Amino acid sequence: MTGRIFYENSEISQKFRGAERPLLAVRGLTKRYGARIGCAEVSFDLWPGEVLGIVGESGSGKSTLLSCLAGHLAPDEGEVVFDTADGLRDTVAMAEAERRRLARTDWAFVHQNPRDGLRMGVSAGGNVGERLMAVGARNYGTIRGQALDWLGRVEIAADRIDDRPRAFSGGMQQRLQIARNLVTGPRLVFMDEPTGGLDVSVQARLLDLLRGLVREMGLSVIIVTHDLAVVRLLADRLMVMKGGRVVEQGLTDQVLDDPQHAYTQLLVSSVLQV
Amino acid sequence: MIQVSDLSKSFTLHNQGGAVIPVMAGATLSVAPGECVGLTGASGAGKSTLMRMVYGNYLAAEGSIRVGDLDVAGAEPREIIALRRRTLGYVSQFLRVVPRVPTIEVVAEPLLVLGVARDEARGRAAALLARLNIPERLWALSPTTFSGGEQQRVNIARGFVHGYPALLLDEPTASLDAANREVVLELIEEAKARGAAILGIFHDEGARARVCDRLVDVTCFTPGLA
Repeated sequence: MTGRIFYENSEISQKFRGAERPLLAVRGLTKRYGARIGCAEVSFDLWPGEVLGIVGESGSGKSTLLSCLAGHLAPDEGEVVFDTADGLRDTVAMAEAERRRLARTDWAFVHQNPRDGLRMGVSAGGNVGERLMAVGARNYGTIRGQALDWLGRVEIAADRIDDRPRAFSGGMQQRLQIARNLVTGPRLVFMDEPTGGLDVSVQARLLDLLRGLVREMGLSVIIVTHDLAVVRLLADRLMVMKGGRVVEQGLTDQVLDDPQHAYTQLLVSSVLQV
Repeated sequence: MIQVSDLSKSFTLHNQGGAVIPVMAGATLSVAPGECVGLTGASGAGKSTLMRMVYGNYLAAEGSIRVGDLDVAGAEPREIIALRRRTLGYVSQFLRVVPRVPTIEVVAEPLLVLGVARDEARGRAAALLARLNIPERLWALSPTTFSGGEQQRVNIARGFVHGYPALLLDEPTASLDAANREVVLELIEEAKARGAAILGIFHDEGARARVCDRLVDVTCFTPGLA
């Protein structure tokens, strides 16, 4: 089987052996664009139920890193070891078909622009139901029932189930994208600037919704954003990137309140106060 | 329960010429279960800095900070997260919450995170809010719009809703009227009675005299003064 790996004596296998073990272990992840560095030598562990924030300015490599982690981009070096139902697997070395199956089941990806994560020509209920059908659901009544339940959980009125996302506001589209992603009960959710294009008033509602879902479903989340206020409220841990490298990482409030690296100090002190 | 040994700390300001400011050296203190220790010293002496280091909010340069079984000074983030969930509560002077979340949810959240059922968590939050004289009509509103004293009481409710074995209190009675100050002092006395170890900063001398068993002057941990 491709991608099957045995870390008998490695440091990762030690960590994964205990009853409590990380869901994801990343080691030495590197992606180059020709001579230019996308991201370099990124290593970290993500534990079940943890929310990891990745911050940095445009071009810092945070989106490249997220794409490599989620299997949208092939890294040049490194491992992304995920604790799958079949045991530890390096998702970088997996066959494409297997990685796609993972993306439909254990993983979810919330795009900044809801149009990239939704089918705009399909009804709201269809958008949610489609993901269920992709993992084998066939009973129409069950699918519609679950779609309705999820629309409710993301605060979309039941009478909008047959409307197309085109008719929704930006905030509603983003909530629909979240419902479509979470309906299959993933364990790991990647988010790329999920509150990016939204009004501030809508952001707060979305943040509250995400916090509740993370807590209730025990989700692990990797969230990329340039908004320090968002990570302070949502992330347990923080990684700061600059020039493709992680310059600092730690507990979110510690990194923001007692930053050690020059770049993080600059980033934190540059936020405008309201 | 809380044991700080030979703790030191300095700030390096990379964007201001790399200035290094030593703020603490040789800090040592301990708090036993059921005991309340007050930190004293002038403004800027390092009371809040010490408290933030115990909470894991500021990094320690050297020394150890044991809270229960964990050395916060050398702990992994996830260990500190677990410690804050179950063991170590913190009432800061500032309320930081997601805007638009109802007050009752803000106070119930520490219990929900621990897996307490929704109804019970809300019930305990409601009882505490009532005791702290936050009118029931405000419970469904976000505390971000509240007055300073009301926000402080929401913060206190959040800090006392779960029976943390260790508690850090940063001026818990600062902007409260006499009746609410009395409620807070009773909450502190009850926490001590159930065995909580409390480390606090109290500018309110009457409060300090009433709840603190011992005082530690942080001035003797200030580098260059000791």
